[in-house]
Amino acid sequence: MTRHQKEIIIKNVFFVFSLISIFILGLIVVFLFREGIPLFREVSLRDFIFGMEWYPTYSPPSYGIWPLIVGSLIVTIFSSLIAVPLGVLSAVYISEIAPPAMKEVLKAIIELLAGLPSVVLGFFGMVIIAPWLQETFDLPTGLNIVNASVILAIMAVPTISSISEDALYAVPNEFKEASYALGATKFETIARIIIPAALSGISTAIILGMARAIGETMVVLMVAGGAAAIPESIFDSVRPMPASIAAEMGEAPFRSGHYHALFATGIVLFLMTLAFNLIADYISQKFKEVGSATL
Amino acid sequence: MTRQTVSGAMKRRYLKQHLFFGAVRLSAIILTLALGGILFYIIVNGIQVISWEFLTSPPTDSMTKGGIMPAILGTLYLTLGAITVALPLGVVAAIYLTEYAKQGRIVRAIRVGVNCLAGVPSVVFGLFGLGFFVVFLKFGSSILAGALTLGILILPTIIGASEEALKGVPQTFREASLALGVSKWLTIWKIVLPNALPGILTGSILGIGRAAGETAPIMFTAAAFFTAKLPGSIFDEVMALPYHVYVLATAGTHIEETRPIQFGTVLVLVALVLGIDLIAIIIRSYMRRKKRW
Repeated sequence: MTRHQKEIIIKNVFFVFSLISIFILGLIVVFLFREGIPLFREVSLRDFIFGMEWYPTYSPPSYGIWPLIVGSLIVTIFSSLIAVPLGVLSAVYISEIAPPAMKEVLKAIIELLAGLPSVVLGFFGMVIIAPWLQETFDLPTGLNIVNASVILAIMAVPTISSISEDALYAVPNEFKEASYALGATKFETIARIIIPAALSGISTAIILGMARAIGETMVVLMVAGGAAAIPESIFDSVRPMPASIAAEMGEAPFRSGHYHALFATGIVLFLMTLAFNLIADYISQKFKEVGSATL
Repeated sequence: MTRQTVSGAMKRRYLKQHLFFGAVRLSAIILTLALGGILFYIIVNGIQVISWEFLTSPPTDSMTKGGIMPAILGTLYLTLGAITVALPLGVVAAIYLTEYAKQGRIVRAIRVGVNCLAGVPSVVFGLFGLGFFVVFLKFGSSILAGALTLGILILPTIIGASEEALKGVPQTFREASLALGVSKWLTIWKIVLPNALPGILTGSILGIGRAAGETAPIMFTAAAFFTAKLPGSIFDEVMALPYHVYVLATAGTHIEETRPIQFGTVLVLVALVLGIDLIAIIIRSYMRRKKRW
């Protein structure tokens, strides 16, 4: 075998391996559908998505996941209300304001926050935040939307902060200098020049942070309370989709309607996060900052 | 405009700046307090139960007493298995993306694929592991199925970190090697990879930390509520630290009674995961300072 042939073989083998992520995504789709689709022999897609009742163990069972979808969306939105300002502002602090030593410390703190296992945060929510909420607001349970949103926000902040920081960091220095030269204050420069210039990156960060929150399992499993109903107040319990899957898969008989319904819920969840990721990718590609010439 | 109103306008502009900087600093303080508060509660409550015996003995009396040794071992097995799967695959994929691929549609598709895989919820990995490894490949609920599931979960982390590390090796290194008549593959093997190694290592360590803390992917693929024996083969179920925390905190009739054990287990898990992360952070900052180019 000549050296040239060997090189070509190596290159092609590497190419095949580089396709592994796409291959695995494909496998995920195939196996989610293989175990999830049989549900639709029993229930129509419409009744599954928009059905108001999730009673998978009753007879006859009813597999409506609308309350679960609403639960997922609500905790995601509320957690974003907390995580977006915290994440973006901390990114501004790190990239624009903090002295160098502080910068390193805060980056490490955010990285460690990102590293906290979700089950640990869930445990913290159960043992510390829930009793406190229950007493302070005199509630029947501290396991509710507020609790889940706070904990999910802690999980989403590192994603939002680190990606926003990269985007802010990438804004060309000339922009800032031009703004200062016109007599703008530091705040005006940040608010009117730097943040707008980094907006596509910040949007990507927010979307990915939300995707993180909607797919997070252990936190909502442990602190959202688990009531499969449309909530009426922010102190009500909810049962987001990942919580339902994780809590019930252990008890669902193999290849029963319930088992298939949980896989079908997984499909919905997968497609939602996939959509979030594709949107984020689209935004970051479309509005890519390619040097100062593009603005 | 009189002098007075000009300085009034300036004052207002600086007042806005002060308010904004205040909000920005507050956000940094909140994050610091969040991490500090969580760690404080866990350490204060957990440290009391940590003893040599707690770390080295199995649970007894239907998990209300005793230690967590099987869970520590199980997490170790699963994590090592996961990195064994993900590291070679991830590094090879990253080498193709940075060293061989011409930027174009295929590379773009591969990158989108990696990003999307990184965004798949952990519970969906669990479902996939159940449907594919446990049921279809008939591995059963086992170390093998759990390690493979965790392996594909951390694959995007490894690919991303390896790509960064490979890109960080200066182009001149490659050119010098190629100019000496060394083949492309040998250049990568002897020049590029050794220089990228610390970066790849950091990424792998972060991947290990991630895998050690995940619960949802192993719930249906590997984790056992309780096992009396230690696993004898890769086809056995294992206990794992994160799952043990979940089980003790939510299931069973002794939730309040086992609270100290729960805090102890959480402390061990946090120390393990953050310890791993900290090692990676330290290696990285050390590397940055020592960089020769």
